[in-house]
Amino acid sequence: MSWWDELLANPAITEKLPEATLETLGMVVFSSFWTALVGLPLGLVLHATGKGGTRPVPVLYAVLSAVVNVGRAIPFIILIILLIPVTRAVVGTPLGWQAAVLPLAVGAVPFYARLVETSAREVAPGKIEAALMVGASRLRMTGGVIVREALPSLIAGFTVTMIALVGYSAMAGAVGGGGLGFLAITYGYQRFDVAVMFAAVIVILAIVFLIQFLGDRAARLVDHR
Amino acid sequence: MITLQDLRKVYATRSGEVVALDGISLEIPQGQIHGIVGQSGAGKSTLIRCLTALERPTTGSVVVDGAEVSVLSETQLRRARRRIGMVFQHVNLFEARTAAANIAYPLAVAGVPRAERATRVAELLDLVGLGGRGDAYPAQLSGGQKQRVGIARALATEPAVLLCDEPTSALDSATTRQILRLIRDVRDRLGITVVIITHETSVVREVCDAATLLADGRIVESGPLADVVTRPGSKLSQALVPVPDVGVADQRTLVQVSAGGAQAQIAHALYAIATEPDAHVVAGAIETLGGVRVGRWHLDVPDGDRAAVLGRLRAAGLAVEEDVA
Repeated sequence: MSWWDELLANPAITEKLPEATLETLGMVVFSSFWTALVGLPLGLVLHATGKGGTRPVPVLYAVLSAVVNVGRAIPFIILIILLIPVTRAVVGTPLGWQAAVLPLAVGAVPFYARLVETSAREVAPGKIEAALMVGASRLRMTGGVIVREALPSLIAGFTVTMIALVGYSAMAGAVGGGGLGFLAITYGYQRFDVAVMFAAVIVILAIVFLIQFLGDRAARLVDHR
Repeated sequence: MITLQDLRKVYATRSGEVVALDGISLEIPQGQIHGIVGQSGAGKSTLIRCLTALERPTTGSVVVDGAEVSVLSETQLRRARRRIGMVFQHVNLFEARTAAANIAYPLAVAGVPRAERATRVAELLDLVGLGGRGDAYPAQLSGGQKQRVGIARALATEPAVLLCDEPTSALDSATTRQILRLIRDVRDRLGITVVIITHETSVVREVCDAATLLADGRIVESGPLADVVTRPGSKLSQALVPVPDVGVADQRTLVQVSAGGAQAQIAHALYAIATEPDAHVVAGAIETLGGVRVGRWHLDVPDGDRAAVLGRLRAAGLAVEEDVA
């Protein structure tokens, strides 16, 4: 048998790999969704309340900033374990890819929020003033000017975050989340079936490349500078 | 249209208080193009930011188009700002929007229905000479074109006042002239009151009806150009009609003589200078400002009979200033 036939005869590849791929995609897509939903407003609030923002509130900024720093400092694998009670309470079980979405989102939100804050800060203050000068409210200005002007950079940051989530999802897999990370570890590390491990890594690479490609395309599409 | 009364703005910094504006009182009538000149740090930017209420004055009152802007609530202020158009040095166009969308933005904010917005945007593009370029993104426009879009955006909500903060400082001289002509054209057609902040006296010469000179947060001088330029000893006039710097020999002094008014006055002054045997003209300038001719000369006078020479020049109707640095 050639190596190719051998691969196709391996049930870990033909059955487990597609399943694990779907689980990983599920974890990444859903956790990215929640990350954007929470991280974008959080980053904008950080920008607005920070020094030089449109509504500086030093105390609020200090608190949010500390929370974000703590969230980013805790190693992800430990965050998953710390969050088990929360996950159990919210999802019902700490196991399975659906349960992994919660710690993944919690881990990625502070990361993305910081990227959003940085992107927002790059919008020229003059543009913000121009919007306020025509009578726009802060909320309206934030959506219509900060988000819109920073969109290429926000998309680039989101791409980076999604790719980080692919990596995190492998870790989440290792502690009960399933997915490609789990497959690679159980077969490659515990059963010495290196072919499965390589196959899982190749699929992960393909996912990462695809996300980067789509992210670049999207960022370029909205960039008129 | 704009009334400032005893305006003060003090900033608290780590190294103590900084007085940016120190008792500014100024009245700008409707339809006037008023230049505010001064070196950087004189308080020009703070002044314009107080007019827009981007800064609140420490004390004093700012009345624009009948509204006391310094006491308005946030919501009232948003309304009041629609009556004030602002043109920026760096234009500050929204780069993610087309020229037309930039001009439409203030209209959208003001709640103008979409169909009406499109008509108004087309009118404004025509007004600033950019008809047909509405679909271009700012990155595809030249510096002058961008500023035209900036002016159109500032005019979108039909403001009573147009504030221009160094509108031409980032432009070359030919484009500067076009933009200034556009500003004047807009004033003539719409009767809008215009305030131009600038460090370039050439801008005032070219477009303003009146000017105010600021230094260290205070008004040094203010008035219609026609009055200012003929005022003896006027710093503003000096700034508007500068005489080139030229050195002078030992035992001789440099004095400055000036005259202003109609052509006859200038001719008379020239005659007096030309027929004065002991004074030599070393530099001079003649300009027409606000419809008034103004001439200024630096004369090189021997120390010995200085008093006699100056007496004769004064008698001929020239304003004389001694000890010109």
